[in-house]
Amino acid sequence: MFDFGIVTRWIDDLLNSVMPGWLSTTIECVLVAVGLLVLYSLIAIFYIFYERKVCGWIQCRLGPMRVGKWGLLQVFADVIKILQKELITLWNTDKFLFKLAPYLVLIASMLTFACLPWGKGLQIIDMNIGVFFIVAVSSIGVLGILLAGWASNSKYTLIGAMRSGAQMISYELSCGISILTIVCLAGTMSITGIVEAQQDGWFLFKGHLPAILAFIIYMIAANAENNRGPFDLPEAEHELTAGYHTEYSGIHFGFFYLAEYLNLFIVSGIATLLFLGGWMPLHIPGWEGFNAVMDWIPSVVWFLGKAFFITFIFMWIRWSFPRVRIDQMLALEWRYLMPIGLVNLVVMAIIVTQGWYFGA
Amino acid sequence: MAEIDNKITQLCPQAQVDTTGEFPLVTVPDAQWHDLARALKTQLHYDVLSAVVGMDWTDAYGCVYYLTNTSTHELLHVKVTCADRENPRLHSVVDLWPVANFQEREVYDFYGIVFVGHPDMRRMFLRNDWVGYPLRKDYDPASNPLRLEDETGEDYTCRWVEDENGKVTKVDGKVFEDDEYVINVGPQHPSTHGVMRYRASLDGEIIKKVDVVSGYIHRGIEKMCESLTYPQMLLYTERMDYMAAHINRHCMCMCVEKALGLEVPRRAELIRLMMDELMRLSSHLLSYGCLTMDQGATTAFFYGFRERELIYDIFDRTCGARMSMSYSTIGGVVADVHEDFIKDVRHACDVIEKNLKEYHKLFTGNVIAVNRMTGVGILTKEDAIAYDITGPSGRARMDRYMVRMKEMEQCIKILRQACDKLEAEGIQGEYCAPKVPKVMKLPAGHWYQQVEASRGAFGVYIESDGNTKPVRVHFQSPCFNLIGVVDLTCKDNMIADLITITASLDFVIPDIDR
Repeated sequence: MFDFGIVTRWIDDLLNSVMPGWLSTTIECVLVAVGLLVLYSLIAIFYIFYERKVCGWIQCRLGPMRVGKWGLLQVFADVIKILQKELITLWNTDKFLFKLAPYLVLIASMLTFACLPWGKGLQIIDMNIGVFFIVAVSSIGVLGILLAGWASNSKYTLIGAMRSGAQMISYELSCGISILTIVCLAGTMSITGIVEAQQDGWFLFKGHLPAILAFIIYMIAANAENNRGPFDLPEAEHELTAGYHTEYSGIHFGFFYLAEYLNLFIVSGIATLLFLGGWMPLHIPGWEGFNAVMDWIPSVVWFLGKAFFITFIFMWIRWSFPRVRIDQMLALEWRYLMPIGLVNLVVMAIIVTQGWYFGA
Repeated sequence: MAEIDNKITQLCPQAQVDTTGEFPLVTVPDAQWHDLARALKTQLHYDVLSAVVGMDWTDAYGCVYYLTNTSTHELLHVKVTCADRENPRLHSVVDLWPVANFQEREVYDFYGIVFVGHPDMRRMFLRNDWVGYPLRKDYDPASNPLRLEDETGEDYTCRWVEDENGKVTKVDGKVFEDDEYVINVGPQHPSTHGVMRYRASLDGEIIKKVDVVSGYIHRGIEKMCESLTYPQMLLYTERMDYMAAHINRHCMCMCVEKALGLEVPRRAELIRLMMDELMRLSSHLLSYGCLTMDQGATTAFFYGFRERELIYDIFDRTCGARMSMSYSTIGGVVADVHEDFIKDVRHACDVIEKNLKEYHKLFTGNVIAVNRMTGVGILTKEDAIAYDITGPSGRARMDRYMVRMKEMEQCIKILRQACDKLEAEGIQGEYCAPKVPKVMKLPAGHWYQQVEASRGAFGVYIESDGNTKPVRVHFQSPCFNLIGVVDLTCKDNMIADLITITASLDFVIPDIDR
């Protein structure tokens, strides 16, 4: 399997050989940032297109078809349109916070985005508390949403923001607990470490029932954290027109929209990392030929493929289920998901200490 | 008939009972009206107030009340005249039949009749700075130029109270208190299904009170009908509840046919019935779609619309239009059905029957849907009668969603039977009565016809003085009563439930704003 580390190290060596260390580090930072931004927007554009097509398919429609072949250019057209829109600022609002909010949401998702393991050797920084970092920075987003709702000075946005705050803080717990369950199994918080630990079998298959349970809890909680259906109460367009971003226009609204789709990719990516082996190919012990063929597929394809598959499940859920009500949403978390998650964590700890998991 | 005559004169010696017409007609002075109304309700079991028709008989204002006895299904109408033409006043019957709340507000709005004892005597449809009362015969349309400013004083209401000496005074009040958190929903809102507005007072997410603001698309159909001939009037029936276009038009035709004494050919009746059921099916499919979408299940909405297309194609082939088909006419239907009509209907029945199962799989059994809909917005049997909620919403009491699903199954059965009967009649036949008068003059008098439209009892009231044009036409629309229970059902539920409840009541805005 090709190691992208070779390429990155080669660039690093090349830069260091012609310039002082501080300059090469700066240039590398800029290169990485530009690369990330481009990737960020490309993935967002792809995801919007992907969702439209999947949604259309589920709803017996075709989705966008007019702009470009199969509507491929539709999202580009939409992006250009949204860039031209006027940024409306309202009277009697806190203008600074109002404008700050979309950037906070965007920054939170960018930071998380930067942590994903793209492929073998394709990772920006490999921290020993990588998972911890992801959980920490992804929570900044809720601050942006609360600010947006508060600063807009509108009743709809305020209700939307309050719902969002309650929802994200609640589901953060379940999400964290299911991540902890896997950290427990992997024995490390480093992202590379978690991926490598799944070389001989993905955690979903390796960890018995607790891993499957943790996966299901993670899927539900991540869906809720993402404010996607059936947990799209903060926007709940039928009740609150558009929830917390009702008053936003132009690219400020675009940022929320962008962040929402990127978050979808991010939670799918994290699910891939934790349960489906990150960029690791599918290996079945004993089937050498099969494993060799699987190894031949590039690691980036593996990662993206798995992430897109998880996303498809999210979309499938979104377009099938009605929306839950706020009290039911909170009851689901505090009465069911969190207690089950905690018990699951204990069971996992027992399994790990006794060495009962596969490939122990 | 004679029996009721005696009973009423016993209850109220001042009342005159006329049993020669279609239904017994009671004429009573305003002073005795409230006592008689109470006796009619408690002793004679007339527990449903079907319609309140405001009237301007040029010499006096007044109202015609249609009462229904739910145990015998007898209809009775009561004519009450205001004593004073300058300050027309009647006694309110809101305390007996809560449905009168909005009905009386409508009459006040259009005729300026003040209802003494009504708790909330505001205008129903028009702006509160409107000059004059438009359905009065002496109303001058020029008195209301186009206004460019917002109306003010929305929060204020008033009521008229009578003391022991019979002196009537006006008491001002407020709709919402100053410290209430009032959220505005509409008039342009994704889930009001039209131009409708509620103002909901919230406590956190819990609704304390809902104030329905209506009239954004009121067209004054009743007023327009007064200057139209009977065949011309048919056009407007389809523009009220457009999801019951055939049924409303059918009702109007029946009312005129009854007045003229016209016999409709059996084939025309059969075709009308099939069209009505197709319409009901399409209406319930829409209702399913909207209810699911308002709860966030967008896909189910598309499924409902997919099947509706089949029905619209059938309309298209026979009537030449997908909406506002203008198919029934006085004496029958406009043209015979398309040659593939029966085949198409059978096909549509098969497809919808099959897909109904899919709907249940997708939505009905869904745990979220079940949790969202059970125990929300319960309308008790007593309330349904008191507020005159008819049709699926009234029949259901609790599970308004499932009633519509079951009704669809029944529609399919009816359609299949009708298909067999129509087939037995042959491909073509007599579809319209042969002797329909070219110039229609209804004999002097009044007629009332009720049918069950997609959303409940739809009634047409025609009063004629023997000319080609009516003196007064009133449409009693089921949706108008439905908005009367929004406050009742939404109270103490959550803001998300407001949407579920209004969607499950399933009203169509043009039917409210006639």
